[in-house]
Amino acid sequence: MRYLERGYLEKDELPPLPSEERLTSKKPVVYIECPQPIPCSPCYESCRFDAIKMDNINDPPEVDYEKCTGCMACLRVCPGLAIFLVHVKNGKGYVTLQYEFLPWLEKGDRVKLFSRKGDELGEGTITWALKPERNDRTQLVTVEVDRELIFEVRAVRKR
Amino acid sequence: MRLESHPIVDFKRGKEVTIYFNGKPVKAYEGETVAASLYASGVRVFSRSFRFHRPRGFFCAIGKCSQCMMEVDGVPNIRTCKVYVRDGMQIRTQNAVPDAENDYLAIIDKLIDTFFPHGSHYKKFNSPKFLREFVTRQMRKMAGFGNVPRRAPDVNAEYEEIDADVAVVGGGPGGLSAAIHSAKYGAKVVLLDENNYLGGQLIKQTHRFFGSGRHRAGTRGIRIAEILEEDLMKYGNVDVRKETKVFGIYGMDVVGVQNDTKLLKVRAKRIVIATGAYERTLIFENNDLPGVYGAGGVQTLMNVFGIKPGNRGLIVGSGNVGLILTYQLLQAGIDVSAIVEAMPRIGGYFVHAAKVRRLGVPIYTRHTILRAKGEKRVEGAVIAQLDEKWNVVKGSEKDIDCDFICVAVGLSPAHELLYHAGADMKFVPELGGMVPLRTRFNETSVKGVYVAGDVAGIEEATAAIMEGRIAGIHAAISLGYGGDEAEEELDEAVKDLEEFRAGPFGERIVCGLEKCVLESEVML
Ligand SMILES: Cc1cc2nc3c(=O)[nH]c(=O)nc-3n(C[C@H](O)[C@H](O)[C@H](O)COP(=O)(O)OP(=O)(O)OC[C@H]3O[C@@H](n4cnc5c(N)ncnc54)[C@H](O)[C@@H]3O)c2cc1C
Ligand code: SF4
Ligand code: SF4
Ligand code: FES
Repeated sequence: MRYLERGYLEKDELPPLPSEERLTSKKPVVYIECPQPIPCSPCYESCRFDAIKMDNINDPPEVDYEKCTGCMACLRVCPGLAIFLVHVKNGKGYVTLQYEFLPWLEKGDRVKLFSRKGDELGEGTITWALKPERNDRTQLVTVEVDRELIFEVRAVRKR
Repeated sequence: MRLESHPIVDFKRGKEVTIYFNGKPVKAYEGETVAASLYASGVRVFSRSFRFHRPRGFFCAIGKCSQCMMEVDGVPNIRTCKVYVRDGMQIRTQNAVPDAENDYLAIIDKLIDTFFPHGSHYKKFNSPKFLREFVTRQMRKMAGFGNVPRRAPDVNAEYEEIDADVAVVGGGPGGLSAAIHSAKYGAKVVLLDENNYLGGQLIKQTHRFFGSGRHRAGTRGIRIAEILEEDLMKYGNVDVRKETKVFGIYGMDVVGVQNDTKLLKVRAKRIVIATGAYERTLIFENNDLPGVYGAGGVQTLMNVFGIKPGNRGLIVGSGNVGLILTYQLLQAGIDVSAIVEAMPRIGGYFVHAAKVRRLGVPIYTRHTILRAKGEKRVEGAVIAQLDEKWNVVKGSEKDIDCDFICVAVGLSPAHELLYHAGADMKFVPELGGMVPLRTRFNETSVKGVYVAGDVAGIEEATAAIMEGRIAGIHAAISLGYGGDEAEEELDEAVKDLEEFRAGPFGERIVCGLEKCVLESEVML
């Protein structure tokens, strides 16, 4: 539980990664960074594809990457901002995440990228943005990043 | 200092009005409290301390700490965080010459230790007699808070008595849920809350809640308050009294003051006490400086009234409250220089910590705040590392750049009414302090008096709602309402709560609860 001393996960504490095949397949896949047992289950309850395993409300969620269709239902509701959608397409990486800051983001915006630790990782471009009012003011945004960075970029802020 | 835009909240400000602070006009908006309007106009020193005349700012913003007391329209000792502005209102600071911002008597704070070391006031000026009498007279002039009004305020006082099956004190999630579930089975319910809104602490919680979807997880706290209120208003057998401060419970009579002008007596058959909690503070040098605020106080200012507490904050405590507050500050465009936590680990949920860490806020575990810097307001802070034995590691002091400090070190149950009702109380650290003994159905040792929410033990809103449900249904059943359907729901409610508390975060609570169960369970 070293992560509780720091507030972020190190590489060796991350959940198993989806296979290369799954990452590059047609649909994006969910990646959940929620390792601690807490009484929380909206992700599990929102998944219609039975892709999230959770026997008890206090269990951390476990994703079956093969079942996940990338529908984003869980991403919409997660109160922990702990769910990320990752995808690789034409050699480019894409991360979709929740965003609750002003100014709201739009397609084409350039944003700064941040790691779990808050280190700056350069810039990226927003390729899709769900309007805030469509999801009770939590935007979902997709940012295009280096392929290697899809398991690094965990926050964006407009420059 | 007012926020014009916010990602989550739309601030609906009322009509612009003018209030007068120590004679000077101040712009305010209807719907704001006096304390909020003053803060927005840059006032930081709200009062002076009783003996040493040290500057004090607001702390809790929910009427619990008394640091914001001023004279309002001639009436002394009014908690300005609990009165709403009216055009032309006259507000004066008390206990200071000429006013709290520039108080000459503050010299006492500088001189006291040099000339009057502790305890010396018992020995000095005792003789000769004329000196003693002279000094006593001067001291009496200086002592006390505020001046007694010169004439009685000209208001028409009223008196009302109501009969109710269930009286619920407190309209937070616990109280709302109790009222809903009693009313649902037909009981006549009266709900009393001192605020001019319902929802209690929920109305400043702009984040999405944890828990299960069934208990509205994934929904923002502010919306949960709205949903609960709508639910309650569906029932015709509910009488809601806002701006009603309950000050006593005499037998089964609940007594309060409504809108400052009406004395209200509710003759109830059952009472649910859901008064919530107080914010705790922490001992460190200068912890009374204006700018050292309770976490909830800052949330109120920022999320309810849309007023910026400052430009850069330091958060003390990494429980969920501290972590959530940090995120909310960032959302309002306010910087957070750091979070300090004395324990070796973050106290709240990891996911809450990760949210702010990735936005660059450092979290210093095994660190504490040593002192706040500044004369009349916070101008910085010093933090330091702690070793295994909780001693400060020499040379580890670090200056922190901040203009306000949020103390988020936990809450204590607001239990006065329980004492008044005569409930058996017990100190249970796991539950946050003195809490009532209670049955599985949240009935206290006083038959017919129930508790729900933080006042029964500090937990969180989902648990408060579940406890309110149990207390509300049980109260209704005990009055003969509901029949089998109610019995079934009661069983389910008890089970739901048990399951909710089954994880590691619930362990502490369960352990605390074991220490305060009433064996003599009142069976139905
Ligand atoms: C920063 C913060 C973040 C939180 N985050 C979460 C979260 O993510 N999830 C979660 O589940 N919980 C969370 N909580 C906890 C949750 O808000 C509280 O546990 C919950 O509000 C307690 O409900 P309650 O009904 O017991 O008390 P409260 O909400 O405090 O309500 C008590 C009510 O009683 C009224 N009252 C008190 N005394 C009197 C009197 N004498 N006369 C009349 N009225 C009176 C008060 O005005 C108030 O409206 C958070 C709390 C804070 C401070
Ligand atoms: S993205 Fe859709 S399918 Fe995948 S885990 Fe989330 S809810 Fe289930
Ligand atoms: S909804 Fe989010 S915070 Fe809650 S268990 Fe799922 S991933 Fe974790
Ligand atoms: S009582 Fe008003 S700030 Fe605490």
